[in-house]
Amino acid sequence: MKYLPVYEKAALLTLRIGWLGIALAILIGAVCACIRYYRVPVLRRIVGFYIELSRNTPLLVQLFFIYYGLPKIGIQTNAEICGAVGLAFLGGSYMAETFRSGLESVDSIQRESAVSLGMNPYQVMRYVVIPQAASMSVPAFIANIIFLLKETSVFSAISLMDLMFTAKDLIGLYYKTTESLFLLVVFYLIILLPVSILGSVLERRLRYAGFGA
Amino acid sequence: MPDLGLDVLWKGSNFLRILSGLWVALRISLFAVAFSIPLGMLMGVLMTKKNRVIGAALRVYLEFIRIMPQLVLLFLVYFGTTRSFGWNLSGELASVVVFTLWGTAEMGDLVRGALISIPGHQYESGEVLGLSRAQTYWYIIIPQTLRRLIPLSINLITRMIKTTTLVLMIGVVEVLKTAQQIIEANRMSSPNAAFGVYLVVFLLYFFACWPISLLARYLERKWG
Repeated sequence: MKYLPVYEKAALLTLRIGWLGIALAILIGAVCACIRYYRVPVLRRIVGFYIELSRNTPLLVQLFFIYYGLPKIGIQTNAEICGAVGLAFLGGSYMAETFRSGLESVDSIQRESAVSLGMNPYQVMRYVVIPQAASMSVPAFIANIIFLLKETSVFSAISLMDLMFTAKDLIGLYYKTTESLFLLVVFYLIILLPVSILGSVLERRLRYAGFGA
Repeated sequence: MPDLGLDVLWKGSNFLRILSGLWVALRISLFAVAFSIPLGMLMGVLMTKKNRVIGAALRVYLEFIRIMPQLVLLFLVYFGTTRSFGWNLSGELASVVVFTLWGTAEMGDLVRGALISIPGHQYESGEVLGLSRAQTYWYIIIPQTLRRLIPLSINLITRMIKTTTLVLMIGVVEVLKTAQQIIEANRMSSPNAAFGVYLVVFLLYFFACWPISLLARYLERKWG
């Protein structure tokens, strides 16, 4: 039990980098989704390429490349930033796909009606498209967040002192395997269960929102 | 042009070693997929049955596997069970076990989703036409289920391949570990090897998974 503070610290680190990475991922995702939705020339191809690249490679390989590879050509960073950037690189594409499918699920007749009511493009987005798109993409959005928080477990590979690293350390030092692993599971449950429960609650409520569609 | 350390790959049998590392990772995912598809189908069918106890047990199993990072599961099996039950597991066997457990849960959920997406009148129409239960399943339900299931399970395979990189952390020598060894061995002669070698590993994974993703998307569009 005296290791609880160690785990607490590790969990906070996991959460801090996790949320930073996720926030960046949402930003990247939103920008990429807009580019693909409005079919911006050239940029659209680049975004498409980025999405394929990041969806089809594992986070661990991306992290190794960022953490060990990039410094060799002069891009120096520390482990925490690498973790957040890696997570954002991976998560950006997942978020982009989620947002885009949400935007595309809004029927074009909705946009046309809004335009014929005299709304300008900003108003169309703000009052017609985004509210509907958001309710469509929430389940996938929450699933992405859970997925990304889970992926933070690989940060221990680039020697960030996260939960996995702590558990492995304690196993190595004191040989208290069962206890360390038990605490590890408990802490991940503490982090992930609330998000998961929030996800199912939101999904149930939004099912009513989409009822008329 | 700075030295990117790509030359290391052509020294000795380094490139072959990396490829055989990739094969280790692929082999683990192939075994896990081969086991988890039948088990997942069984689980999915059981989940649609209306037995409360089995339903609840499978639900807990699914949620637990889903919510735990795969790395934690690997640690639990590789370090936890070996300590608690006193058996010996090689890293590779432990990984196959973990990925099978995970794959079964994910596959079970996909099968369940595909099965409940078939509307009840399909079963009833089959019955009305005088088909037996087995015939209804064989000629009506299963073909429709498969069409929805196949693209999703192909996606699961790419996720499996990507996740196998984690086995590095329980000491299986796969691509990344091999890459690390090569970089370490050439530390003096080519200090920039980390860039080139990890870049190649990155691209290898991309070219292993990308065609599979494209196939899944194509099938989804064709049958969707």
